[in-house]
Amino acid sequence: MELFTNQILAGIATGAIYACMALAVVMIYQAIDHLNFAQGEMAMFSTFVSWQLMQWGVPYWGAFVLTLAFSFAGGIAIERLLFKPLAKAPILTNVAGFIALFAIINSVAGLIWDFTIKQYPTPFGSSPFLGSQLISTHQAGMIGVTVLLLMGLYFFFQFTRIGLAMRAAASVPESARLVGINTSWMIALGWGMAAAIGSIAGMLIAPVVFLEPNMMGGVLIYGFAAAVLGGLTSPLGAVIGGFLVGIFENLAGTYIPGVGNELKLPIALALIITVLVVKPAGLFGRPIVKRV
Amino acid sequence: MTAMLNVKDLRAFYGQVQALHGLSFALNEGSLTTLLGANGAGKTTTLRAICNMVRTTGAIEFEGATLSGRSTENIVRLGIAHVPQGRGTFTTMTVEENLQLGAITRKDKAGVVSDIERMYDHFPVLKERYTQQAGTLSGGEQQMLAVARALMLRPRLMLLDEPSFGLAPLIVRDLFKILGKINREEKVTILVVEQNAQLALELADQAYVIETGRIVMSGKANEIANNEDVRKSYLGY
Repeated sequence: MELFTNQILAGIATGAIYACMALAVVMIYQAIDHLNFAQGEMAMFSTFVSWQLMQWGVPYWGAFVLTLAFSFAGGIAIERLLFKPLAKAPILTNVAGFIALFAIINSVAGLIWDFTIKQYPTPFGSSPFLGSQLISTHQAGMIGVTVLLLMGLYFFFQFTRIGLAMRAAASVPESARLVGINTSWMIALGWGMAAAIGSIAGMLIAPVVFLEPNMMGGVLIYGFAAAVLGGLTSPLGAVIGGFLVGIFENLAGTYIPGVGNELKLPIALALIITVLVVKPAGLFGRPIVKRV
Repeated sequence: MTAMLNVKDLRAFYGQVQALHGLSFALNEGSLTTLLGANGAGKTTTLRAICNMVRTTGAIEFEGATLSGRSTENIVRLGIAHVPQGRGTFTTMTVEENLQLGAITRKDKAGVVSDIERMYDHFPVLKERYTQQAGTLSGGEQQMLAVARALMLRPRLMLLDEPSFGLAPLIVRDLFKILGKINREEKVTILVVEQNAQLALELADQAYVIETGRIVMSGKANEIANNEDVRKSYLGY
């Protein structure tokens, strides 16, 4: 029983990271109808930036906040320079853009910081949380930071003018322009926020997976699985999907014989395919209906 | 009276296809004008051209400012509210959020709050449903919401694209009554595109008739209503 509880809690902790990645993916998907394959690499690069800041002597939380600002600005810059010009281009052109972005960020990170695995600090420590053997303080910290982030985002989108404008621009762009919303900048803002959310996921997971240019590959695939499970059109669904995938991953790895660590990733892929076949809109997504 | 909106030699293009062939017309401040025409005549395109939602050549001036080259959202910020065909409802948001969105460019918070109350007075049905998702409203209610959303901008000019489309006759009468009231009491200049020529001509004081991208007739609404050709082509008697 303790093993079971332990696995559930560990699942919620990594699920929090998947939830962040899924949320970042969904934010960009809602704005421009494309999956950002480079979301994980952007998060990885941000995490390296925070590591570099700490190497230069900036304390953890200072580096955390500076990295958020850097990622936000970086996300906006990527949208303005690369994806705004591609806005009316065919899907494949956009996909090529995302793959190029993926490769470029990955190589540049390798060039600057090389491909050796680096330790990444946790501000929470790794002792048992509140004296319990079930969960470590870092895992508890992962959950705590994610919950704070989600509450902040909820408040932003529900109760601020700019949050309302962003939702409007994502749901009916033409009507949004007709009430005077600059939808193009709302998209850029969405990129900035997605990049910042991704950077939080990267900084939280880095102490677990260690810091190296390929650290986010697996995490992003779980994030995609979470987004697909919850429904690509639903931010809330993406978050719930993230936690479900995290728990599912841990339980499957523990209890299904032969799965273990090696087969965890194929489980995410199997999950994506199953959802797409059985319930393409996801658990909370709206099926897309087009008038013809 | 001075012209509030002046359109000269307006041509509009969808890709290679030209939809408007040199349209010229003017709207006087405080007027209620209707633009009549058959399907495909270019009525919707004319409204979209004013808000720069389609590629155009020619000159459009609003209160002395040139509109060509401005983005749609900047044109709206000058005080031009556009109720598009199909109403443009933010269906996944609540009725109240739709109204707030109408005023999203305004900075006077207190004014926005009191305007929302004013809209609820104009359209009591919206008050009953203010927390409801706008997509669950009926067609007539959504059209009321679209008009209310446009008024939240405190527009100087309001463009309406077939507000009667798909609505029951009684509801259309109600809606047109409200439009007349808005025009008289709130001094909003209105340009309404309609297929329901009879009602539109009763409501309007000025009218233009458009055929295949050209204005073929213009004048006072009651004169146009008595014109033989218009009666045969658009009024059916």
